Amino acid sequence: MTLADVPALPLHTAGKYVAAAYIVLFVIVLIYVAIMALRLSRMERGLGELLELTEQAGAEHASGHSEHKESAPA
Amino acid sequence: MYGKGLRTLSIATVVAFATSLALVFFYAPLEADQGFLQKIFYVHVPLAIVSLCGFLLGGLLAIQHLRTRDPRWDMRSYVIIHTSLIFAIGTLITGSIWAKGSWGHWWVWSEPTLVSFLIVFLLYATYQPLRFAIEDPERQARYASVFAITSGAFVPMNFIAVRLSTAYVHPRVLGGTSNLPGPMALTFVVSVAAMALLFATLCKYELTAKHTRAQMRALRRRLAGEGDSPRRTRSAVPSSHAHGTVTARVAGGARP
Repeated sequence: MTLADVPALPLHTAGKYVAAAYIVLFVIVLIYVAIMALRLSRMERGLGELLELTEQAGAEHASGHSEHKESAPA
Repeated sequence: MYGKGLRTLSIATVVAFATSLALVFFYAPLEADQGFLQKIFYVHVPLAIVSLCGFLLGGLLAIQHLRTRDPRWDMRSYVIIHTSLIFAIGTLITGSIWAKGSWGHWWVWSEPTLVSFLIVFLLYATYQPLRFAIEDPERQARYASVFAITSGAFVPMNFIAVRLSTAYVHPRVLGGTSNLPGPMALTFVVSVAAMALLFATLCKYELTAKHTRAQMRALRRRLAGEGDSPRRTRSAVPSSHAHGTVTARVAGGARP
């Protein structure tokens, strides 16, 4: 008997294999979404840091500008 | 740049997948030989087709990279091969489940389709370590492109070789031996389309995420006054290509 001649499984037995195959696909997508969510939260944190850096740079620039004005001759 | 059309693509993927699942479980008839177990066919075969096409596409994009030396093509090739590899893992797992249900074995070494797919998978599994082994980004991209092209050429050759082999235990889907009835053929085509859309969406998400991260890194370097040249640590991921655009935008837009 070749592999192709093996009789079909009844529905109650085949069902668990079909469910398992579709669950595999679902899990792959789910893992991918979870990884993307982690990356998104990391990116959000990074953006917050960048915003702080921008504010610091802005404040430094403003203080430097006012000092320059004060020291300039009338 | 890469995020354009992502929303439409995501919605199209969800709609296509819902349609595909509805067709699989409520429209496609039960197959005479395998019965309900044959429903695995609508997830396993599309996964295999899309992953093999992805490997081929990765090779074509690598050709474009070698022709133009534009790192964006290397990034696209990398992301597509990476996603194809994930789909190939899905193919192997769903195939094993189908084999167990159908043949009573998780794996059959005498079946050329299974073994040839495993060889393709193992070949592409070396792509990431190859990239990681080369520190210089330009050399890494070049070598990875050569690898992607040669491996991409191996995929159709492998496919043809299996077709020419004499054993026909594994069911044939495409080509002269195909005799799928109408409803099954329609379900199969919709399933392949849904899988291709999922593949495209995941690739686009990945490309958008990588591009955004590269832009953020460039912005951070610029704001920290570290200069324009990126500080590169050893990585398998292609080097940033967003650098020029970001620095130009920062120079014009981030002034207080």
